[in-house]
Amino acid sequence: MAVLVIADRDGDAVRDTTHKTVTAALKLSGDVDILVIGQGSKAAADAAAKIAGVRKVLLAESAGLGHQLAEAVEATVVGLAGGYDAILSPATTDGKNFMPRIAAKLDVAPISDIIEVVSNDTFVRPIYAGNALETVQSSDAKKVITVRPTSFDAAAEGGSAKVETVAGADAGKSAFVSEEMVKSDRPELGAAKIVVSGGRALGSAEEFHAVMDPLADRLGAAVGASRAAVDAGYAPNDYQVGQTGKVVAPALYIAIGISGAIQHLAGMKDSKIIVAINKDADAPIFQVADYGIVGDYKTVVPELMKALG
Amino acid sequence: MKVLVPVKRVIDYNVKARVKADQTGVDLANVKMSMNPFDEIAVEEAVRMKEGKEHHAAGTATEIVVVSIGVTQAQETIRTALAMGADRGLLIQSDADLEPLAVAKLLKAVVDEEKPDLVLLGKQSIDGDNNAVGQMLAALLDWPQATFAGKIIIGGGKATVTREVDGGLQTLAASLPAVVSVDLRLNTPRYASLPNIMKAKKKEIAVKAVADYGVDTAPRLTVKKVTAPPTRSAGIKVADAAELVAKLKTAGVL
Repeated sequence: MAVLVIADRDGDAVRDTTHKTVTAALKLSGDVDILVIGQGSKAAADAAAKIAGVRKVLLAESAGLGHQLAEAVEATVVGLAGGYDAILSPATTDGKNFMPRIAAKLDVAPISDIIEVVSNDTFVRPIYAGNALETVQSSDAKKVITVRPTSFDAAAEGGSAKVETVAGADAGKSAFVSEEMVKSDRPELGAAKIVVSGGRALGSAEEFHAVMDPLADRLGAAVGASRAAVDAGYAPNDYQVGQTGKVVAPALYIAIGISGAIQHLAGMKDSKIIVAINKDADAPIFQVADYGIVGDYKTVVPELMKALG
Repeated sequence: MKVLVPVKRVIDYNVKARVKADQTGVDLANVKMSMNPFDEIAVEEAVRMKEGKEHHAAGTATEIVVVSIGVTQAQETIRTALAMGADRGLLIQSDADLEPLAVAKLLKAVVDEEKPDLVLLGKQSIDGDNNAVGQMLAALLDWPQATFAGKIIIGGGKATVTREVDGGLQTLAASLPAVVSVDLRLNTPRYASLPNIMKAKKKEIAVKAVADYGVDTAPRLTVKKVTAPPTRSAGIKVADAAELVAKLKTAGVL
């Protein structure tokens, strides 16, 4: 059995979501290859080659692949699929975008967002916004799977796989127009050790940033937000933690002014330690919090900044 | 432009799903069911395209066809979309809980018949959480796809779509016909007015069977069990920030 992992590329590097997906892949087979897709991605391929346990790295490049366009990724991966029994990608917005397309072309049922590998045909995945876990067995000869990165440990560095160039397809019927990425010196939400998240209680975008940014900077944390705060325009869409936003599992998650809707809890309940600050003592967030402070964030957060020194 | 909007009848998003004691699935008996919230956003956007609301030119959409695959009661879901402003409905009746691959194959057959210029649908349903049908339909049709849409502009034979992606926003142009899946912030769906609810009762809903389409809908996945997730127990309340910082230092996370 051979497995192909599609890397989550970040410029000249690969994100640790790739390392985590490799861990899931190694539970299926010892023969794990990584596919790096992009344009000008040789350095990222060299970085992927250093992940321990990887057999070889394939590098596919084209203009469409540079923007991870689904049509280009699908055509490239389907061309390589003959050599593999399973194709895995982290469940990022890119992976969620192109993996079902690849599965349909291969006439395979995709298995989305797995959190556990039970055996090489059986997997566990959350359904109903994380309120239930489904164990499914696939009868397809080839498996197409997206992996929830926070549920797997990162594979170590220390490998020295060979990098091979393969043909990269182009997009054809769709074209990249522009992108507007949130620029930040803070760690990425999905990979941060500490996440501080704000909710609707903060009341405005100005207040959100005035309260959350200094705290995040003091802790070296990423900033997240509840869906309510994002919908209200207090924070960009990319901040949303929840079943339909980002799923995070940092060592420390601090929820400020977040009531704790099911949808939000599904996105952060695997965090090691959860802290809740909310003035409503009955807020559901306290039912999952290891430490809670009942109080107004307007007084608690300045005290917290002071206590942190 | 003709728009096809697939909609799904799912557990109401305000209801907490509970796992059955025999671990065969989620208990849906006597549970309130509604249109999948993401699909509701797709219906709303199609209606705005027809009405010329927001940035859409009037008549951007000329006809809106709503299709649902599911139990007989899914007609109520279609009726909701008709009351919001869709023109006619199609129910493909199925008592089986079809997988995304089977749904995509059925929708492809519907597209072959209806020949829409745009398929607009929710990015995922809140029951299976697969986030797959739109992408799979696009693949089977060999159409371009634009997923997780936060803004859609139709013009020049293209759908220019701003997508909500990790890290921010990506805009791409997909030549029509195309499949566009919608995200939460595209719009806020309307409540249907009473006159429109009454009018919707007169709109046509065709009913067909899965067998009418002659596509293979056999399941590829076997559900071995459905369990409740491990619960986290509530911890302790601390008096103030100083005590919190001390606890976090002891726990080794600061």
